[in-house]
Amino acid sequence: MAGAGGGGCPAGGNDLQWCFSQVKGAIDEDVAEADIISTVEFNYSGDLLATGDKGGRVVIFQREQENKSRPHSRGEYNVYSTFQSHEPEFDYLKSLEIEEKINKIRWLPQQNAAHFLLSTNDKTIKLWKISERDKRAEGYNLKDEDGRLRDPFRITALRVPILKPMDLMVEASPRRIFANAHTYHINSISVNSDHETYLSADDLRINLWHLEITDRSFNIVDIKPVNMEELTEVITAAEFHPHQCNVFVYSSSKGTIRLCDMRSSALCDRHSKLTGPGPPLEVSEAQKVKARKLTDWKVFEEPEDPSSRSFFSEIISSISDVRFSHSGRYMMTRDYLSVKVWDLNMESRPVETHQVHEYLRSKLCSLYENDCIFDKFECCWGGSDSAIMTGSYNNFFRMFDRNTRRDVTLEASRENSKPRASLKPRKVCTGGKRKKDEISVDSLDFNKKILHTAWHPAENIIAVAATNNLYIFQDKVN
Amino acid sequence: MPFQDGPAGAPRSGALEGSEGRMFARGLKRKSSEDAEDADGGVAGLPAAPSYTLQRQSLLDMSLVKLQLCHMLVEPNLCRSVLIANTVRQIQEEMTQDGTWRVVAPQAAGRAPLDRLVSTEILCRSGREQEGEGDCPLPDPAPGQAPRRPQSSPWGLDGSREGRGGFQKSLDHIFETLENKTPGSVEELFSDVDSSYYDLDAVLTGMVGGAPTGPGLPAFAPTAAAPPSSTCRSDLGELEHTVEILVET
Repeated sequence: MAGAGGGGCPAGGNDLQWCFSQVKGAIDEDVAEADIISTVEFNYSGDLLATGDKGGRVVIFQREQENKSRPHSRGEYNVYSTFQSHEPEFDYLKSLEIEEKINKIRWLPQQNAAHFLLSTNDKTIKLWKISERDKRAEGYNLKDEDGRLRDPFRITALRVPILKPMDLMVEASPRRIFANAHTYHINSISVNSDHETYLSADDLRINLWHLEITDRSFNIVDIKPVNMEELTEVITAAEFHPHQCNVFVYSSSKGTIRLCDMRSSALCDRHSKLTGPGPPLEVSEAQKVKARKLTDWKVFEEPEDPSSRSFFSEIISSISDVRFSHSGRYMMTRDYLSVKVWDLNMESRPVETHQVHEYLRSKLCSLYENDCIFDKFECCWGGSDSAIMTGSYNNFFRMFDRNTRRDVTLEASRENSKPRASLKPRKVCTGGKRKKDEISVDSLDFNKKILHTAWHPAENIIAVAATNNLYIFQDKVN
Repeated sequence: MPFQDGPAGAPRSGALEGSEGRMFARGLKRKSSEDAEDADGGVAGLPAAPSYTLQRQSLLDMSLVKLQLCHMLVEPNLCRSVLIANTVRQIQEEMTQDGTWRVVAPQAAGRAPLDRLVSTEILCRSGREQEGEGDCPLPDPAPGQAPRRPQSSPWGLDGSREGRGGFQKSLDHIFETLENKTPGSVEELFSDVDSSYYDLDAVLTGMVGGAPTGPGLPAFAPTAAAPPSSTCRSDLGELEHTVEILVET
């Protein structure tokens, strides 16, 4: 569905009315490739918003404390810290460049005054500590105010240094570097709910790390075929379950999702579940042993619709993103034309399918030709899991309300950037007469793609990355 | 970015006439029968089947070009390459069932050539891993920090001078064929089914890792239609640089 009918604010308290809040980034038409945003992520509280770009930089925005004298203006996000996370490297053995583009950022839950995040490029994951310094010590004994060392023999009296306030300085320092564990390109990182481990996934393997240990990782998934000629499927995304620290999920280029349990004792339960509906079977010891040799996962896959099969079927079924709901009961997958919501207890088909831009189905050949068909769109859940969001082309993004079954197409553009201006729903005309304010499919700008979006964990604030600009939208209801 | 698809409103039926089980149900340009540029002869009212074959051929050619125009200096996107290779396989399978895929080698070869229609071997050798060699990035808890891959040069200096010659021959072959783009030329592409088949596969799938060989490639770069992918770099300067590195290796 291309968009909600009509303009204006939909009636009903559940419907969200999105308004422009802020936009970050250069207005220049000429976009420097290094400035292209490649990942966006709120931290656990939503007070910090991190972006990574193709130039290997991380920019963190912090939400300002609400201003009591202006109660109607919500906290704005302003730059908190900027640092160079990854540099371009050259692999001399393969004669290949390793791009510095930040593929993913994931925050760690905050445990003390400092903030920690993981950022990764194609090959190396780094743990960054972002800390504030707003005091400095003065009155050292062994050095002058300008840092020159004093001769200890000249000191006749001792004093206690005192802390004096200084302008806030935010420092980012790399605390761990997790390198040399991925032969292929890393596409995902995910922090475990135990807050001690995390996984990193590349095209063919998934590794498990302990945050404290950089010189070893455990390989937990390996789909590399013995004979590489037989490679037909790659891993596209992976994520840990938000609450069960032994459960993670990964998606593939063939449109399958595998839910894995790292505890070997759970194999039997899953095996019994796989054999059909109904209560779990009693499994004998012999069968338990056999089950251990079977695949230790649930496989989620929707049967293909034979009537719509084409040469592009597989490509558009490739999953570009998989995210658990906050509740942990559902997961959402994004393929080229749709987002699907799956109940973790039902592998046979998704419980919901939402069309993102079905009007592109008849254009797949052209999209294959210009490589757009390989674009990897992300998706995200609203804080209450009642709404989901994903990006599209022409700087459009789509919101789906799971309760009201309504969806809307919105646009991130500078033209709609008056403060607190409501976003007008957009509509794509799929054929026949184009109505006023509609845009025809052939006029869509396929260079303006919204691949990365993020939703505040608790409030209705969204961050949308449009090439080199970051848009922040808020719900009108305060 | 305007699309080149057929005129708006051109009918797209689920199945093309006389072509059951075909894959081009959607997403393919349908030329209207009045299209004067129809290479099949331009006769109005021609059955759709020849047009389908042409379009399928065009998709195959496009896919092969895509596989070749992988980055020279940055490792190609493996997911994209695998998806394209799978698409090529599907086309080949269908063409084989049609009988339009004429393989010159004796049929005594049986299933073997079909199984190996498009090898992703070199394609996946982007990790620079050779078959049979241990390749784990990091084993279970063994401390080790050095890069694990002892890399040989992309085309294997270990006595594959012949192989290189084979690549060269195959490269020229491919480029000629793609330049001509005549229907049925794809059979020439895959006419060598024996050991040089792998060379062809390597060529098809693998400019991976930046090992263009010699004079064949510069001739190719200007003539082939490069997809407007910002990640493709067919700069001749970079090419020569890469060749230099190879030669020195």
